[in-house]
Amino acid sequence: MEAFITHTGIGAPLRRSNVDTDQIIPAEYLKRITRHGYEDALFKAWRDDESFVLNHPIYKTATVLVAGPEFGTGSSREHAVWALMDYGFKVVISPRFADIFRGNSGKGGLLTAQVTDEVTEQLWAYLEADPGAKITVDLPSQQITAGEIVASFEIDPYVKWRLLEGLDDIGITMQQLDQIDTFEQNRASWRPKTTA
Amino acid sequence: MAKTLSEKVWDAHVVAEGEGNSPDLLYVDLHLVHEVTSPQAFDGLRTAGRKVRRPDLTVATEDHNVPTLNIDKPIADPISRAQVEALRKNCDEFGVPRYSLGHAEQGIVHVVGPQTGLTQPGMTIVCGDSHTSTHGAFGALAFGIGTSEVEHVLATQTLPLKKFKTMAVTVNNKLPDGVTAKDLILTIIAKIGTGGGQGYVLEYRGEAVRNLSMEGRMTMCNMSIEGGARAGMIAPDETTFAYIEGRDRAPKGKDWEKALEYWRTLPTDDGATFDHEVILDAATLSPFVTWGTNPGQGVPLSAAVPDPAQFSDPVERTAAERALQYMDLQPGTKLKDVFVDTVFLGSCTNGRIEDLRAAAEIIKGKKLANNLKMIVVPGSARVRLQAEAEGLDQVFLGAGAEWRSAGCSMCLGMNPDKLSRGERAASTSNRNFEGRQGPGGRTHLVSPQVAAATAILGHLAEPKDLGM
Repeated sequence: MEAFITHTGIGAPLRRSNVDTDQIIPAEYLKRITRHGYEDALFKAWRDDESFVLNHPIYKTATVLVAGPEFGTGSSREHAVWALMDYGFKVVISPRFADIFRGNSGKGGLLTAQVTDEVTEQLWAYLEADPGAKITVDLPSQQITAGEIVASFEIDPYVKWRLLEGLDDIGITMQQLDQIDTFEQNRASWRPKTTA
Repeated sequence: MAKTLSEKVWDAHVVAEGEGNSPDLLYVDLHLVHEVTSPQAFDGLRTAGRKVRRPDLTVATEDHNVPTLNIDKPIADPISRAQVEALRKNCDEFGVPRYSLGHAEQGIVHVVGPQTGLTQPGMTIVCGDSHTSTHGAFGALAFGIGTSEVEHVLATQTLPLKKFKTMAVTVNNKLPDGVTAKDLILTIIAKIGTGGGQGYVLEYRGEAVRNLSMEGRMTMCNMSIEGGARAGMIAPDETTFAYIEGRDRAPKGKDWEKALEYWRTLPTDDGATFDHEVILDAATLSPFVTWGTNPGQGVPLSAAVPDPAQFSDPVERTAAERALQYMDLQPGTKLKDVFVDTVFLGSCTNGRIEDLRAAAEIIKGKKLANNLKMIVVPGSARVRLQAEAEGLDQVFLGAGAEWRSAGCSMCLGMNPDKLSRGERAASTSNRNFEGRQGPGGRTHLVSPQVAAATAILGHLAEPKDLGM
């Protein structure tokens, strides 16, 4: 995974709450067996609506998405994170994220920056007043800067550390194989098995 | 120290405690796999030269994108076929057992675990599917994971996780006649909101929950994720043990006694504290239905479509306006005056034998409303066989409904079973998101009983409206 330290890019204001995973990427695109190439599927149903924010040419190169509360509710599909990243997004800012989506983002290297409802509203107003304006998101200081707006964001400290280091979870766990072996030796023998 | 059910299960699975901000490393007792969220994980193993650590604690089935017609023929859609073939190839290469189309145990992953007896109290169960919370009905800690985590579990049989907070959802008194587990969970989600459970594991308690069958408990736990919670749990009791005993993968003989002894220690201790508690009175509940495009946008079936202007929260108001526009509904319209085109009976929420029996009892001897289509999709091949043995297929076919093979089907519209643009459905599934059941499709979430009455009358209805 690529490390995340600080990022500056065009912010896209998505004034919607409950942006669920079926909106981020509809199920029909989940039939693919690759990990990349989902940019065409992002917000597929909404892309047909001319007024949808990402259809404005200025947001073609947007990298910071600012959305309403309950972003990423619904399914566990990590394809939602892949589609956002394949489009070019590095950061999603929202007052609240669904748990599984937030976890998946941390694994894939997409930063989920949790801010207050007020900050979200300020960022929307800032971006709508000046389409194409940039936002800086600095992970070490957990700070968002956009014009005059300076706001802090919340992120799980462990996820922050992994993102800063660009670390892969499996590699970390593999260092604990002895403890996994020991745990397995002490597991009750009556626990069910899937094999005959 | 007094502990809750979820804390007991968690503590029994900690391989290594996290220091400082680090997560605990948690052991996984059962990993369920399906075709959609696993191919990239198996690819990751191959690239890194890793093996599946415990194929004997892993099992795969084909459910999300498989057709529910002509399953004896090759899958017509080449992309779906390639994904199912990738699962078969991956399972065979890594030694993971699989229940493919045609196998009696094939079906929706959350129906398969319980029916085989693999789902047992006190276990940790994961799957690359958010409705893994279903298995919490047995007192297991079960939750959905993403594909990176699927790869992690395949490689290490563990997951690094931070402890969930605990929320008690206590439902006192008895549910009135005609009110089901589905109505109960839809009511709870409307109460706590789609984000209310974020960070929590919910424990459903109280008289109304204790009185539920295992199928009803699974329906409740299944939709915990719709309230934002990763997991929902119900303490195991005699109802749980009776359901498990004798199933293929259940402990036998002396092992059964040992397991029972352990399972009886799992319920939340007296004096244990939850981080949050929600209390409901079951006696005040009635059949419930969603009017909007998230599962929290629901009201009693006897009510009317709400007026967005009445919402005090501006975010909720905007969401409601948008939802009504998408759903093509007017504020003030009685929900029982809403006519539907299609009824879908199935899914991991309500595709079990008890759900089919409940709907069949209402439909028996009647005909579907004019121009209404109903598709009935059993949750697994075994459920289908059982239903056929009981003659339920004939009840549905006799009424004019379609009787299909097992899978996720119209719940998420990945296979050919989809709503068309503007089509309105009463669906026993779990999500009413925009386009969930097909682009432009409109979904009202309901119980199997409401689905059945609606199929006969043509508009959203409950069995009482048929004089039952």
